[in-house]
Amino acid sequence: MLAPGFADPVHDAQATFRAVMDALARPGLPRPLTPGLTPPAPLTPELAAVALTLADADTPVWLDAGLAASPAVAAYLRFHTGAPLTEDPAAAAFALISDPARCPPLNAFAPGTPAYPDTSTTLVLALDAITAGEGLCLTGPGIRGTTRVALAPLPEGFVAQLAGNRADFPLGVDLILTAPGRVAGLPRSTAVTEG
Amino acid sequence: MTPNPAGPEPGPEIVARQAVMALCADASRTELEAALTRLDVPAAEDLRPPETGLVMATGRIGGDGRPFHVGEVSVTRAAIRLADGGTGFAYHLGRDRTKARLAAILDALWQDPAQRAHVEAALADAADRAEADRRKAARQTAATRVEFLTVARGED
Repeated sequence: MLAPGFADPVHDAQATFRAVMDALARPGLPRPLTPGLTPPAPLTPELAAVALTLADADTPVWLDAGLAASPAVAAYLRFHTGAPLTEDPAAAAFALISDPARCPPLNAFAPGTPAYPDTSTTLVLALDAITAGEGLCLTGPGIRGTTRVALAPLPEGFVAQLAGNRADFPLGVDLILTAPGRVAGLPRSTAVTEG
Repeated sequence: MTPNPAGPEPGPEIVARQAVMALCADASRTELEAALTRLDVPAAEDLRPPETGLVMATGRIGGDGRPFHVGEVSVTRAAIRLADGGTGFAYHLGRDRTKARLAAILDALWQDPAQRAHVEAALADAADRAEADRRKAARQTAATRVEFLTVARGED
């Protein structure tokens, strides 16, 4: 059964866009995000809000194994965004990941090209918790000094993967991290080290 | 082989649904409202609030010439879900969001085989009126017809 999208498409999408933009401008600082959506499981309301706001007919979307197993999720995204779904992570503009612990390595996704680094994949992860002030140590543009953020759950060797992602700057993928009620950004320009 | 732009041949159910939706597009808003008051309508919720946009209309001279862009027309679309889970969709020329939403509700009701006959009965008045309008327009057009005739001279 198809679920409804944003009640007020223009203003709800603008509010979500604003939250995501602020989150990417201040990496590691969680922003509130209360989309009021009831998408089909395992798509979380925050993942759905980001997808409905950013995806359209020009942005292929890749779904992780959990999301791809649900035809209701595919029907929901196709109806509300018109985005084509792809099975090749390197061809995707957006990757929706409902199970971050089993996220493929970051170098499986498109890093962009030297002439067009913006053609990279943006990963949207549904985490269980984002806690500011503890855990990983972040430095880079948009951060005064250092900031700390704890993310759970994460795949094996995530910090090493992020270091590899940053080594090819300006190529690399950007991450939008969501947790119930909040969103945080981890763009490719941010250097991440273990506590 | 060139692909068929209209896709595969639609089945009889799709043809019937297209006919009902064409009738809804022909009907006025008051006719759709009248039809819905005659039906047992469960609560409907918007899947996507009705919205208006522009669509490029394509024409062909004489119906079979080369396709060309006539211009943009405003189109309103609506998508609703009934309380029992049925979904209905409507695309209408013009900017009447209420009318597009009413047509989407009728579409959702029509897809329920138990309701199909009721929906068609409720729309019968609008169908008669649309058919009468079409006949009248055809009659008025026919009155302007000019008969050209070639007189055979029988020379050979």
